Amino acid sequence: MKTYDKTPSPNLPFLTDDTPVHYRNFRTGTWSNEVDVRDFIQRNYTPYEGNADFLSGPTDDTQLLWQQVLNLMVKEQKSGVLDADTEMVSGITTHAPGYIDKDLERIVGLQTDKPLKRSLMPFGGVRMAQKALESNGFTFSEATNEAFKNLRKTHNDGVFDGYTSEIRKARSSGIVTGLPDAYARGRIIGDYRRVALYGIEYLIADKKQQLDSLEIHNLDEETIRLREELNEQLRSLGELQEMAASYGFDISRPAMNAQEAVQWVYLGYLAAVKEQNGAAMSFGRVSTFLDIYIQRDMEEGKITEAEAQELIDHLVMKLRMVRFMRTPDYDALFSGDPTWVTEVIGGMGLDGRTMVSKTSFRFLQTLHNLGPAPEPNLTVLWSQNLPEGFKKFCVDTSIKTSSLQYENDDLMRGYWGDDYGIACCVSAMKIGKQMQFFGARANLAKTMLYAINGGKDEISGEQIGPELAPISGDKLSYEELMPKLDAMMDWLAATYMNALNVIHFMHDKYYYERLEMALHDRDVFRTMACGIAGLSVVADSLSACKFADVKIIRDESGLAVDFETTGEFPVFGNDDDRVDSIARDLVKQFMAKLKKQPAYRNAEPTQSILTITSNVVYGKKTGSTPDGRKIGDPFAPGVNPMHGRDKNGAVASMKSVAKMPYEFAQDGISYTFSIVPGALGRTGEDRITNMIQLLNGYFNEGGHHININVFNRETLMDAMEHPENYPQLTVRVSGYAVNFNKLTREQQMDVISRTFHESN
Amino acid sequence: MKNPTGYVHSIETAGTLDGPGIRHVLFLSGCPLNCLYCHNPDTRTYKGGRKTDAFTELREIARQKEILQTMGGGVTLSGGEPLWQPDFVKAIFEGCKRMGLHTSLDTSGFLGAKADDELLSYTDLVLLDIKSFDPEGYKVLTGVQLQPTLDFAERLAKLQIPVWLRFVLVPGYTDDFEALDKLAEFAQKLGNIERVEILPFHKMGEYKWEALRMDYQLKDTPEPDADLVERAKEPFANAGLEVY
Repeated sequence: MKTYDKTPSPNLPFLTDDTPVHYRNFRTGTWSNEVDVRDFIQRNYTPYEGNADFLSGPTDDTQLLWQQVLNLMVKEQKSGVLDADTEMVSGITTHAPGYIDKDLERIVGLQTDKPLKRSLMPFGGVRMAQKALESNGFTFSEATNEAFKNLRKTHNDGVFDGYTSEIRKARSSGIVTGLPDAYARGRIIGDYRRVALYGIEYLIADKKQQLDSLEIHNLDEETIRLREELNEQLRSLGELQEMAASYGFDISRPAMNAQEAVQWVYLGYLAAVKEQNGAAMSFGRVSTFLDIYIQRDMEEGKITEAEAQELIDHLVMKLRMVRFMRTPDYDALFSGDPTWVTEVIGGMGLDGRTMVSKTSFRFLQTLHNLGPAPEPNLTVLWSQNLPEGFKKFCVDTSIKTSSLQYENDDLMRGYWGDDYGIACCVSAMKIGKQMQFFGARANLAKTMLYAINGGKDEISGEQIGPELAPISGDKLSYEELMPKLDAMMDWLAATYMNALNVIHFMHDKYYYERLEMALHDRDVFRTMACGIAGLSVVADSLSACKFADVKIIRDESGLAVDFETTGEFPVFGNDDDRVDSIARDLVKQFMAKLKKQPAYRNAEPTQSILTITSNVVYGKKTGSTPDGRKIGDPFAPGVNPMHGRDKNGAVASMKSVAKMPYEFAQDGISYTFSIVPGALGRTGEDRITNMIQLLNGYFNEGGHHININVFNRETLMDAMEHPENYPQLTVRVSGYAVNFNKLTREQQMDVISRTFHESN
Repeated sequence: MKNPTGYVHSIETAGTLDGPGIRHVLFLSGCPLNCLYCHNPDTRTYKGGRKTDAFTELREIARQKEILQTMGGGVTLSGGEPLWQPDFVKAIFEGCKRMGLHTSLDTSGFLGAKADDELLSYTDLVLLDIKSFDPEGYKVLTGVQLQPTLDFAERLAKLQIPVWLRFVLVPGYTDDFEALDKLAEFAQKLGNIERVEILPFHKMGEYKWEALRMDYQLKDTPEPDADLVERAKEPFANAGLEVY
């Protein structure tokens, strides 16, 4: 394994013994005395306002290594999971060091002893782990199974002990689904930069101090819990150090140079994904942090641009290889094997300087050097004030790879400052200071149907919700429906929050994220991240009730099972306030109800308008709706207008979306946008300029998030028929990207049938 | 300000091809030409158009002002042939200018005489489609005379209104290189041509002809290949014009 020079620069003879060599040439500040990564970044980073000309292509080693990884990935795509642990339960130190090709790897560390081999993590739920193994053709060890059955309760067991019968019914009818009650919740971002900046020894000392701060006379429940958690955190830090040592690194001390900084950060992250198989295991905001080390090494003449790019390429290769064992049910919700290794790039600082550094470019460059890929989930924090050179490079990368998502930094900076990351797709959180309790989402369209049917499920006929008076006439009017919907939303909010409280109580108890939380402050801000699906379906349906004639069609038992809508009505996605205001009011209305519910650990309730790929599953479980959508048809993803209903072009669609108020959906509002290259402009240069203008316009209107896909529908159709020709075809779906080949045929069709903005 | 009635076929809120930036494009109904390759034959008559008035459209444009300005765009009137409704065009452009929005007129130039100097004073850019430089060929292709378009081009040059010159390359109809040389020479002399766009003929509008039960005569005409498109650009590039 190649390593870079570890001695400090010889041209600094004046360094005295008490000046730590690893902090040479850094400006000191608050960060020197306490854990404060943001302060370190602000005092030491170099904003970069130039263009992409300085970047390097892949080195020979990078190409050789990537070819090996790609071969494995293609094999995995073709024949399924390559290998898996069936007996040993994964922990931070359980596996011997693993390599792809030791001589070529600049950054090392695998989840298991072999590349793409999946580890066993049953703490979320042992039945889920078993099912995952079996559905992928492996046999679960009897001994491990027995141990969990008899000796070790899991998160999933705890949750079902806590669930009320009402929650169970709501869960199985599909009005709330996707809940993290049988798998790890994820969505917690450790501040992995702390490992590089401070080293484990310092972090342990800091955690011990926190523990000392809880030597109090009257121990209450909250303090007892925190004391136990801090002790768990301390143990995990020790294990992290041990795991690093097995790879030959002494991370008890801070990183000394760029190579170590990248490696240390990655080891911190690796420990997290060895222990937790959370739905989203995001990476944070590391690029400009790492840039400080790269910049210092460059100034000392220790590293070239090609070597710097190589470090980032190799880090990203590792991030592309994170794998978890999943069941088919799970894949239906979150398809394409996503891990949401989300890394945010760019944004502006609170002092007005851009947070873009050369390493922000280097991260994007990995998409050119290694080709498009869904992971890591590269997320550009867009500001009107970003340097033009950076905007151009981002958009150029989007047009070529469709692998980027964009989020509105000008909007979020006011809420979260300039050191926040994104967990999963759209959930902002201050790194190391904030976490969320992931709450999946509730089905708003089904809720509307429950309001019509007095709490009876429109498909099974079973009484799921409260037995409120159903709508009895043949006509469905807006005035009659709205108060009933409001009452049903009250019930939904309470049931939903109850479920989440149970889930997170049990997750803390049985599958606590000790390593990730060890890389947080002692006291964190917690949000209870609720969500809704089917917003555009409900908005359009209510619009139909208000502006057209909706006739109810009933089955023999009197259940409203279909609707006959006659007359014109405005639909969401056309910048028409008559319906857009209905959607906006729904968001505010449900948020107000969530805020009334008591949340576990005093978490602040928030909500997202995000579906991942569950818009397909949700649609499948939902009856026909008054907007003309038929039973089983997919919803639009996230906040998107329904397929093909946005008829006035991209700007009208964007404006409708941008009207949804972030204030009332602080967990994020996901919008997926697909455009054919020709509709972006006549020349390459025009396309880049126009895409930048579209983003400026959308975000200036208050839009929160946007996935950008640039390709022709024909490309996707061809990829469906000939997947072998498109091993790396990447598509942005809802807040993340997937390899198109990994979607089910149904989901592929769903992607293809979405609105593609085309030129007239 | 007057508030004339107009007929609008459709709206594109994210036009990227008809002028600088992202544009609000109104496709007006009605066109006196009968171009063989027309890809919007459904806009030829007022029928099927939405009856509206300038103030209604301007109120909508006012709602888009902020985003259009952020996106470096403006308003484009296209068609159909917008100059078939010159009062409507004038009113909309006047309103746009009062709001500080950039205006583009997408026209064949055949009805250029209907655009009075006042209308043109509200026009920031003309997208002028010269469909052929050979009078005979022009007549065959469009059913009308070429000269009015050339007169309009010269008038725009005199008024120093910037023009993007457009030329649709149709194999067998407009790929005569002698005529292209002449057109390039003509364009260069005008002095107000900011860019030239060679638009390869495509058949994406064919289905609309079928839907309208109209006879599409270019069924067997091939789309030009990349080489031909490059060759068609040459005379313009040689004349020192920016050509795409």
